Amino acid sequence: MMNGMSQTHAPAPPSWQEDVFTALKKYDVRQIAYVPDAGHSHTLREARRDPAIHDVVLTTEEEGVAVTAGAWLGGQRAVLLMQSSGVGNCVNMLSLPAMCRFPFLTLVTMRGEYAEFNPWQGPMGRTTRQALELMGVTVLRADRPEEVAETVEAALDAVFGAGGRVAVLLGQKLIGRKKWERD
Amino acid sequence: MTTALPRLDRRRFVADLVGRLPEDTLVVTGLGSPSYDVFAAGDRPGTFYLWGAMGAAAPLALGLALARPDRPVVAVTGDGEHLMGIGTLATIGARLPPNLTLVVLDNAHFGETGMQPSHTGLGTDLVAVARGFGIRDAVRITDPAQAGDLAGRVAARSGTTYAQVLITTDEPPRALPPRDGVANKNAFRAALGLPTF
Repeated sequence: MMNGMSQTHAPAPPSWQEDVFTALKKYDVRQIAYVPDAGHSHTLREARRDPAIHDVVLTTEEEGVAVTAGAWLGGQRAVLLMQSSGVGNCVNMLSLPAMCRFPFLTLVTMRGEYAEFNPWQGPMGRTTRQALELMGVTVLRADRPEEVAETVEAALDAVFGAGGRVAVLLGQKLIGRKKWERD
Repeated sequence: MTTALPRLDRRRFVADLVGRLPEDTLVVTGLGSPSYDVFAAGDRPGTFYLWGAMGAAAPLALGLALARPDRPVVAVTGDGEHLMGIGTLATIGARLPPNLTLVVLDNAHFGETGMQPSHTGLGTDLVAVARGFGIRDAVRITDPAQAGDLAGRVAARSGTTYAQVLITTDEPPRALPPRDGVANKNAFRAALGLPTF
């Protein structure tokens, strides 16, 4: 989450987060629908200040499945950004890309799998992959920073080049341990 | 409360509205009777009919409106479909695309499942809800003559518009649009000169 510090004092984002936004720009993604997560913070910050991109903050992730479909009907490429808990919110809405074969790409930051302090993240984190696969979404995964650019670009190729439905899971190890106590 | 207000014939109102829309208007319909109403008004190439994905009509129309600011975009849905994704009004209120109009055909019942009473007859005031989410241009329609004004707002593309249309619980004969989502998607994109993918 944003910590309220001004951008000038914010530390440089991890390079894998920069790789994500670079890939989205390279593939001409024009709408980014999201429920925020710390792992997406660089992309969301860049999206908000990029006049060529519509950033769409959602109240629940399933809205984003429909937003990306509408964008595609109108000729724009869109992606859905969320954390693993949001995948469960999307299940029935994934009927939409399944029935209409909409190109669908979601980037999912994982919780509940590595150095997780909050046990409530566990049930959905452990079933994220299966929930997506049950609804016909192909799942790719990146756990090391150097894998992120290649994996996201492979997903972009499969989605917008071949009309596929793909989720990229960004492993919790990428994001690192969350600091739970404030100084 | 809306219980004492006059209620319109849904099929007649939708036919009147659709007939007045600019030719280049893109239309999205929510599952159930709103899809039948819009289809009965005459199939148009720029119409996307939902048969499922309850709650999708408004967010799908939002993505479409952002992608095509040069076109009026109208979502026509029912109170049940709309309420399932009611948070989308906050999402729309945060963006307010000037070319987007939401038309909610409100009979205060879940028509498709046997006319069980819905929230709009049990306390929810949709116009107040829409305004609360930041959509200031929110109107309640209780007179057939308001169709012309609503079509004028659609054509103007000068602000996100929300219309709650009070309709009776009468169920006109079903007019079933095609259920093939792939074909509908491809035809919709073809109408905009876009390839399949």
